[in-house]
Amino acid sequence: MVNLARMLSATRGRGRLDWTDWASYGYLLVGLVLMFGPVLWLVLSSFKSAAALNEFPPQLLPYGQATVTLPGKSEPLPLYRVKLPDGSTRAMVELRRIGIEATMIDPSQPTEEVKVNIRDREKVREFHLALENYTEIFGKFDFMRFLWNSVFITIVATLFTLIFNAMAAFALSKYRFGGEKWVFLIIISTLMIPPTIILVPNFLVVSELGMLNSPWGVIWPAVATPTGVFLLRQYMLTIPDELLDAARMDHASEWKIFWRIILPLSAPALAVLAIFSVMWRWNDFLWPLIVLSRTENFTLQLALNAFQGELTTQWHYLLAMTVLTLLPVTLVFAFLQRYITTGIASAGIK
Amino acid sequence: MASLELVGVVKRFDATTVIQGVDLRVEDGEFVVFVGPSGCGKSTLLRMISGLEAVTEGELRIDGRRVNDVSAAERGLAMVFQSYALYPHMTVYQNMAFGLENIRTPRSKIETKVRAAAALLHLDALLHRRPTQLSGGQRQRVAIGRAIVREPTVFLFDEPLSNLDAELRVQMRTEITALHQRLKTTMIYVTHDQVEAMTMADKIVVLRGGRVEQIGAPLALYNLPRNRFVAGFIGSPRMNFLSVQVAGVGPDGVRIASDASAMNAAAPLPVRGDAAVGRRATLGIRPEHIHLRRASTGEVGLTARIESLEQLGATSFLYCVLSTGEKLTVQMAGQVESRRGEAVVVSFPADRAHLFDETDDGLAFERLHPRATGRAG
Repeated sequence: MVNLARMLSATRGRGRLDWTDWASYGYLLVGLVLMFGPVLWLVLSSFKSAAALNEFPPQLLPYGQATVTLPGKSEPLPLYRVKLPDGSTRAMVELRRIGIEATMIDPSQPTEEVKVNIRDREKVREFHLALENYTEIFGKFDFMRFLWNSVFITIVATLFTLIFNAMAAFALSKYRFGGEKWVFLIIISTLMIPPTIILVPNFLVVSELGMLNSPWGVIWPAVATPTGVFLLRQYMLTIPDELLDAARMDHASEWKIFWRIILPLSAPALAVLAIFSVMWRWNDFLWPLIVLSRTENFTLQLALNAFQGELTTQWHYLLAMTVLTLLPVTLVFAFLQRYITTGIASAGIK
Repeated sequence: MASLELVGVVKRFDATTVIQGVDLRVEDGEFVVFVGPSGCGKSTLLRMISGLEAVTEGELRIDGRRVNDVSAAERGLAMVFQSYALYPHMTVYQNMAFGLENIRTPRSKIETKVRAAAALLHLDALLHRRPTQLSGGQRQRVAIGRAIVREPTVFLFDEPLSNLDAELRVQMRTEITALHQRLKTTMIYVTHDQVEAMTMADKIVVLRGGRVEQIGAPLALYNLPRNRFVAGFIGSPRMNFLSVQVAGVGPDGVRIASDASAMNAAAPLPVRGDAAVGRRATLGIRPEHIHLRRASTGEVGLTARIESLEQLGATSFLYCVLSTGEKLTVQMAGQVESRRGEAVVVSFPADRAHLFDETDDGLAFERLHPRATGRAG
């Protein structure tokens, strides 16, 4: 903790702030606001009630207008502090409003209606976390099903990605065969083809194989990635060939060498690829949108999209669900990010 | 236990021929050392024997059976690699057990074998450590232990000591020799260090440029080098080479003359020479055979100037230069009182000198009376 505090308060100037300190802290602050601001806003907004979300000017904190539910009224009514003509102030709810004149009643005397100019009243605010945004989506929508679809696709696709890419990388890094360089080059060159170009051919293949509207239609086309092959190959090149020779002398089959020697030793690179793959598959939108058309097969991203109706959008639910959708990737990244840096570094060096 | 035979073995990588026809026989239980400068093909030869490298031409036989097309695992050999090649993610125990697991040895038997090998190599306390937690010498022992547990017919060592410091190298050298005496298994050992070769081998194979230069017992190579290369490679410090001229050939040997004006070649060198008078040749004499005194009968004398000297206490090295500019190293027992720049008279017994052709091969002139040489190969 002390180290962290010292690191965060480190300055170049001794005792006072050097101009470089101002510059670097300013730069970092701008970066922080740019990167983290929208996320923070999203999270805070997800705790706002529907009414608070529609308020203008918008508030950063879930600090919405207080409401009172009167008997006989289905909707909760917004509460105001009203300055009455006789000079007194009372807390009243708004029944309706026409132009600049609002019809208000005192919740304690529900029969007495008062007409008030809207300039003579101000909103009663209270801090309110709309947790119901989160609890209600579980009941209102088939959230658990979407979650399961997303988790299934992400995990299975990541496992397949790791195994298949590692096998390709093993062959490309440890075997000498004719045209080996060409194969590698072709694999890498597919990086230059934008996914949108192969969208239609991919769709036709998946369709012919009868995998439309099935999670496998999302999983299989995503399994082989040039990035993964490249990353793993570069890492495997650093594993000494003598280890493989030693294993061969030890009666290990080539498959066993892959499974028992290469895979465990490539763990850092595999971790990096696993993180990438989880993020790619979890956040994937376009391809699942094309392959999956029935609601029960939707991933979370598709379900989020489906929330945006043509006429109305239930923003409070949409925001809550977006936060929930972000969580797994955030957690994966937070806990495994050190593998990304070390893995990329060591994959790049040699 | 096995004998090994190489018949006209050739290795080519694309256009380059790395091994140019090697014939060799390794007897059962023998300790054979392949020695040569780097790039001479000694490691390639070892890898071909191990089965990790294919044989391009020729035949490789283990116990008389042709094994050219037998896989590395099936040949029943074990190899200790230069980098040890221990599996970094496995413990010492797992490293040693890996090979046995692969041939489906029962768990209890693996345990017995690994424990036995560990006891032999003093690794008992380290079985649950990982290679990164071991010192260089310990890693080396684990690598040897991994080879031992499989009870191979032949052990192959690929420069196993080159990553150790000098002191540890000497210690491991004696340990490997002791191991050989205990196991009595055939061992083939590759090194570029002629001291290792001299101290450990029953038989040394000197290689250069993918060709065998000479095969023989360590002392045979030392005393009767077949050519100039072997003479220069075996022995430390290096043998001195002086350019000379054949002055006469008689029944008692070859008389030589040198451009070094002070060379007093009174005694003929006892070698058989069919050479014409005036032909150029190279005289080789080891530093330890040169003395700081005037030539007496049967000796060759020289005058030289001391350029620098090293006193190690028990021995002293004088680095001299002749009037022709040729260098001459003299090794003396004990300490000397000479100084830099001093002119000295040195001599050596004529029968200690070697005479080589001044051709690329540098073949040695045949000796008239070969001295006792240990076990000749």
